[in-house]
Amino acid sequence: MYIIIIGGGRVGYYLTKALLSEGYEVVIIEKDASVCKIINDELGGVCIRGDGCEAVTLAEQGTSRADMLIAVTGDDEDNLVACQVAKYRFNVARTIARIRNPQNEIVFRKLGIDITVDSTNVILEHIKGELPTYPLTHLKALRETGLEIVEVRIPPDSKAVGKKIKELSLPEGSKLSLIIHKSQKPHLPSADTTIRDGDRIIAVTAPEQEEALRTVLSGT
Amino acid sequence: MKAVIMGCGRVGARLAGLLDADGHSVTILDTDTYSFRRLPPTFKGNALIGNGLDQEVLKRSGIEEADAFVATTQGDNRNIMAAQIAKNIFNVPKVVSRIYDPLRQELYSTMGLETISPTTIFAQILREKLES
Repeated sequence: MYIIIIGGGRVGYYLTKALLSEGYEVVIIEKDASVCKIINDELGGVCIRGDGCEAVTLAEQGTSRADMLIAVTGDDEDNLVACQVAKYRFNVARTIARIRNPQNEIVFRKLGIDITVDSTNVILEHIKGELPTYPLTHLKALRETGLEIVEVRIPPDSKAVGKKIKELSLPEGSKLSLIIHKSQKPHLPSADTTIRDGDRIIAVTAPEQEEALRTVLSGT
Repeated sequence: MKAVIMGCGRVGARLAGLLDADGHSVTILDTDTYSFRRLPPTFKGNALIGNGLDQEVLKRSGIEEADAFVATTQGDNRNIMAAQIAKNIFNVPKVVSRIYDPLRQELYSTMGLETISPTTIFAQILREKLES
């Protein structure tokens, strides 16, 4: 599989390293000559100096035979254009763009980018998961299903504590998939499982039911 | 007509002045207030500070009711992205953007964006001057 990466910053560098060790054919395109040199000294001649948004540069790297183009520069607009040029000029099947402004996820999807990775949101979710005031954390969006996997922590004053799952009025389409008790043992929940203070519940839900699910499980 | 212009450089400021003098309602956006010095003293439109790639800023500029959107920042990719947001997210009827890179301009015009490459046009004019 041939993968082209645009942007030789930290994300591009470590991504290339990981993909090379998986045995993929990888090329990074980076504007800055000194950054290129550092990458080539460390990883071998994988880095090409050039503008990854320019059709000429992409043509030289044989983009029409690439299976995937991943744009991870620090600028959302550059990542958008690199992916669009790859997709509409070179028919690259899969384009992935890093975004920094969470709003751009919807914009990019609408403009034909296959996958976006929102680095700001990833960091935010990790930090929010550590805050006591955020009992619901997004673990993963299940692409193309419209569903997401979330973790809900049960606070001691939740009205769900002491209730059986069948007694809770869970929103339609939300399913509790796993319960981890304070003892750190995972359980597959059944209708008769009792919710306890400090439980961590892994659930699958539609984003629009997220608030209802949070209220049922952690509301006071 | 209500027009939103992104980028108050020489071209953006001049266009804003022309449209304003013709009696149109103009809002011009730039990330740097210092750029607004280029606007003519008679300019009666709005000069708004903010990044035109940000949908909140675009909404504040009145893009939802705009008849036209023009992207004239220094960055081709910024212009391309803003133009696509105006066209595909806010459904602005007339969207024009400047793209310096002729190849990028060609690609996006085949994709349905209305684009102008000053590079191509100016090179042609120069050629005509020299060959005539």
